[in-house]
Amino acid sequence: MCLAIPAKVLSVEPDDMALVSVENVKKRISTALLDGVKPGDYVLVHVGYALHQLSEEEAARTLSLMAEAGVLQEELAEIRGDA
Amino acid sequence: MRYISEFRDPALARTLATAIQKEAQPVRSYHFMEFCGGHTHAIFRYGVQDLMPPNVRFVHGPGCPVCVLPVRRLDDAVELAEKHGVILCTYGDMMRVPGTGRRSLIRAKADGADIRMVYSTLDALHIARDNPGRQVVFFAIGFETTTPPTAVAIKLAQAEGLRNFSVFCNHVLTPAAIGHILDAPEFAPGGTGRIDGFLGPSHVSAVIGSQPYEAAAQKYQKPVVIAGFEPLDVMQSVLMLIRQVNAGRAEVENQYTRIVTRHGNRKAQALVAEVLEMRDSFEWRGLGEVPHSALRIRDSFADFDAETRFTITNKLSREVKSCECPAILRGVRKPTECKLFGTVCTPDNPMGACMVSSEGACAAYWSYGRQRSPQDAA
Repeated sequence: MCLAIPAKVLSVEPDDMALVSVENVKKRISTALLDGVKPGDYVLVHVGYALHQLSEEEAARTLSLMAEAGVLQEELAEIRGDA
Repeated sequence: MRYISEFRDPALARTLATAIQKEAQPVRSYHFMEFCGGHTHAIFRYGVQDLMPPNVRFVHGPGCPVCVLPVRRLDDAVELAEKHGVILCTYGDMMRVPGTGRRSLIRAKADGADIRMVYSTLDALHIARDNPGRQVVFFAIGFETTTPPTAVAIKLAQAEGLRNFSVFCNHVLTPAAIGHILDAPEFAPGGTGRIDGFLGPSHVSAVIGSQPYEAAAQKYQKPVVIAGFEPLDVMQSVLMLIRQVNAGRAEVENQYTRIVTRHGNRKAQALVAEVLEMRDSFEWRGLGEVPHSALRIRDSFADFDAETRFTITNKLSREVKSCECPAILRGVRKPTECKLFGTVCTPDNPMGACMVSSEGACAAYWSYGRQRSPQDAA
């Protein structure tokens, strides 16, 4: 629950929502906590909300570390809703 | 994996380890509390303690939201689900935490209570929309990272007129806990424990910024370094803390500048301030009552406050006997000093919250530290 996972914004939707992708898993999240999110941006997603914008490099690095630490699959399962 | 190398780079780790060895003065010892359970896990997973000289030690802090929730509030959540017949929505981490009489949400669910694991407050709102004839309560726990999503959900419910949705609010605040730990007799001068500085939480600080720690750093004269989660982040932050201690400085420094700024995410802060307000006091497992350390729902949103909507009875709540979670959360005991650890209490059959949550210190010791002696695992 404490982890935040980097995701790429695919499209921005009405009511502060956006479609994002993490490792090819697509998820609808809220962007209510950030201003000016646009497609192609990378955001840190925590419990379904984008908390912070981050660079592509930082996103890739964080994902690699999460994969290596064995927590990426857990997080993806939570995001998919089959945890 | 092309970016991982620089944060795991053995050469960089060695350079940092050498600098730490050189700058940690042999005549002193350095006890640094990593507040956040995420750091506890990074320290164990990557063996960061092994790269430190013997006089640099980590003290594990209470930064695990599931762990610090007092047993009474968990019992209250069970009561909401069982007696009031609500659909109780909770983050998955809470499900297996034992309440009084080892009653957990997962046991209540097995006995027929309607308890649903959600990934997000957005899912709880969906459940409320899909079940207009039922009361839906979101069991809100967590530090400042998890609080803004709760505030947004309450605002959305109000805007939509979603009258069957409410929140059982248990959000707590990091800086208040840091001050409270330093006020504890164990960490007062002459006490049995010692803290010379703090590794500050990373994602919490992305929301609140580094500024809220400045008061505690100054008042208690303890340095705080906001640290990223990667092992080299932790090592670099330790070096920054050692330098502050050696120079007699007690400042808030930010190692995690990739994400954290001094003022944090102001939009998230404004949403939280609009919907939630400070409680006079709140109980933390292990720390007891901590003044100004938690948030409640403002009167202007009282319609969405489960504590207003439902009458929750006073009851006698008890921790599992012999469980050392409270002392572990204060940083005065290590998991291996608990007689339940690894025998009666394991992740498959947890007796206390610190073994349930993946951020808990007991879970970290279980996963990575079992083969060490208690001293080595310190």
